[in-house]
Amino acid sequence: MTPPDSNEPLPWFLKPRNVRRVLVGLFVTCSLFFGLDFLFALTGFDKHPYFQWEQWPGFHAVFGFVACVLLVLVSRFLLRPLVMRDEDYYEKTSSQTEDKTDV
Amino acid sequence: MSDALPPSLIYLLGALLVPFLRGRCRQVFALAVPVVAFINYYLITKGVHWRLELLDFELILGRSDAWSLIFLHIFTVLSFIGILFVVRENEPLDLSAGLLYAGSAMGVVMAGDLITLFFFWEMLTMGAVLCLLARKTPASGRAAMRYLLVHVFGGVVLLAGLVLHLAAGGSTAFDRIELEGIGPWLMLFGFGINCAWPLLGAWLTDTYPEASIGGVVFMATFTTKTAVYVLARTFPGEPALIWIGVAMATLPIFYAVIENDLRRVLAYSLVNQVGFMIVGVGLGTPLSLNGTAAHAYCHILYKALLFMSIGAVIYRTGKSKATELGGLCRSMPWTCLFCCIGAASISAFPLFSGFVSKSMIMSSAAAEGQVVVWLALLFASAGVFHHAGIKIPFFAFFSHDSGIRCKEAPLNQLLAMGLASVLCVFVGTFPNAFLYPMLPNLEAGYVPYTVGHVTDQLSLLLFSALAFTLLMLAGLYPAEIRSTNLDADWFYRKGGPAFHHLADKGLNALNAATSRFFLGKIVNGITNFFDSGIARLACLFMTPLWKLMGHDAAQIEQERHALFRRSKIGAFPVSITAFCAVILLGLLTAYYYVAGRW
Repeated sequence: MTPPDSNEPLPWFLKPRNVRRVLVGLFVTCSLFFGLDFLFALTGFDKHPYFQWEQWPGFHAVFGFVACVLLVLVSRFLLRPLVMRDEDYYEKTSSQTEDKTDV
Repeated sequence: MSDALPPSLIYLLGALLVPFLRGRCRQVFALAVPVVAFINYYLITKGVHWRLELLDFELILGRSDAWSLIFLHIFTVLSFIGILFVVRENEPLDLSAGLLYAGSAMGVVMAGDLITLFFFWEMLTMGAVLCLLARKTPASGRAAMRYLLVHVFGGVVLLAGLVLHLAAGGSTAFDRIELEGIGPWLMLFGFGINCAWPLLGAWLTDTYPEASIGGVVFMATFTTKTAVYVLARTFPGEPALIWIGVAMATLPIFYAVIENDLRRVLAYSLVNQVGFMIVGVGLGTPLSLNGTAAHAYCHILYKALLFMSIGAVIYRTGKSKATELGGLCRSMPWTCLFCCIGAASISAFPLFSGFVSKSMIMSSAAAEGQVVVWLALLFASAGVFHHAGIKIPFFAFFSHDSGIRCKEAPLNQLLAMGLASVLCVFVGTFPNAFLYPMLPNLEAGYVPYTVGHVTDQLSLLLFSALAFTLLMLAGLYPAEIRSTNLDADWFYRKGGPAFHHLADKGLNALNAATSRFFLGKIVNGITNFFDSGIARLACLFMTPLWKLMGHDAAQIEQERHALFRRSKIGAFPVSITAFCAVILLGLLTAYYYVAGRW
């Protein structure tokens, strides 16, 4: 491993302007798919659902969003306080620090 | 009769020969073994091959049908990828362990009877233990011991179940078994331990992150997937499996969100994905069983790919924790790309492998009207994208700059990851090319690419990504913390030493007290009694007699001394012996008189 060079160019993905572009792209795509679902509902497009609610516009979008927010909040505020212990809880040294690195 | 060789034989011979070869020769040989096995695969005809007689049992080393062949195919492909990934270090332990492990797994899927199954099942454990030892750190050595203890326990449970099953008149046929009596239940339990069921599967997330970077690729492939295969053969349509699968698919993702070690995050998502397969087995419909086989196939590819990408990061940086990594897309762009392909595949993006297999299981759950199961699996689908699809690449390759600058992964690792990536995309884009035709129940049929399915899945994933982004921006996403999260492995990692302590302090103290009592008190007493007890007893009777006879204190002391001396050499005067005999007779007479009166 070598220390970072202060003059090295940032890769495309990490330039702040491009990060903003990626974020805007995500918001736009999300809106597009949300809109598309409403278009399907309005035109009566049959998605061959197994359950009635799958045909509701935005069902999968809302489900995905709510599921992930719940997942993170439950993990952070319920599970972590219950189960988190010190890194050396079981063993004094962790395996990562014992490895030799190959550079 | 087939012209082919038993695939397990090819691998086991390979594993035995590897340590005797040197240098380039060993590398070429290790790579040649899966190539030969791959050619051999196409020579295996459907039917039952390679029968052996053992005592009164017929052992079948080769039952080849659609079920065994699809697993054999992916095991062969993956063994090549895995060997390619580790071949550069030319470490005999890694290469041998991989080949032994692969050979054992193939032995299980080709087994036609339960005895052969059990034999190879136990060998799987040996392969995994070697993969752990190959890391060569003290922590991996301890993890190997824990792995061994858990799996030996599982093996004993399976053996007990097998023996009871046979004793109750069951056959050795490796086919559907009815869950009646304790034997089949124990067998199910034994399979469940290898399958990493909730509470029974903590060994997986405990030990996988300790394995060598190549070893974990084999571990992620063989043990749990052979267990899925065995369950699909023996207990298809068992309703309990549906709920076990749902628990596996949903519970580990909560842990994955707060876990810091990226290989442990992958281990949690492995359990999550195996959960989908177990639901497929539990539903037991032709489509759901197809889904289980297809998902096992795809899962092996992308899970190996993800473990390899993090393995390459460990190889170059020595680190696998989210707190220590970040920004590696600068130094390892190809590894980053392959990791993202693996992440897209496990998240079931359209055109990637998970999409064409996971949906089969979800569709069959819906077709069976299992609303709760379907919703739980949908939650698990969103969750796996969240923690494996986004978290793994994000914290390793993007996120904040960890300041680490290293070389790209070596060529052999890039080739192995590239091959797995190509297969992930190819299988996901053209599922009908070779994956679907290999499935066991061809009549079930399935069309993954419909407008509704693609848009619904993309909506689910995009809004999961949106949730991640917004939580990140809002600072609500749990910060990565160097920590240990308690799981069911606590019971043996803390319970085991506690039991040892209890046994040490409790049983050893009892042992010492007993020793003190028996050796110190009883044995001493008996020795003393036979040494001088008789003389003391005699003194007791004789002293009054001597006093009556008018002896003074000095004379009495002299008599006593003489008595003890005689007692030591065993020579008493006749008078004393006769006197004692009279007393004894008197006591006996008195006793029988009293006893007779009562």
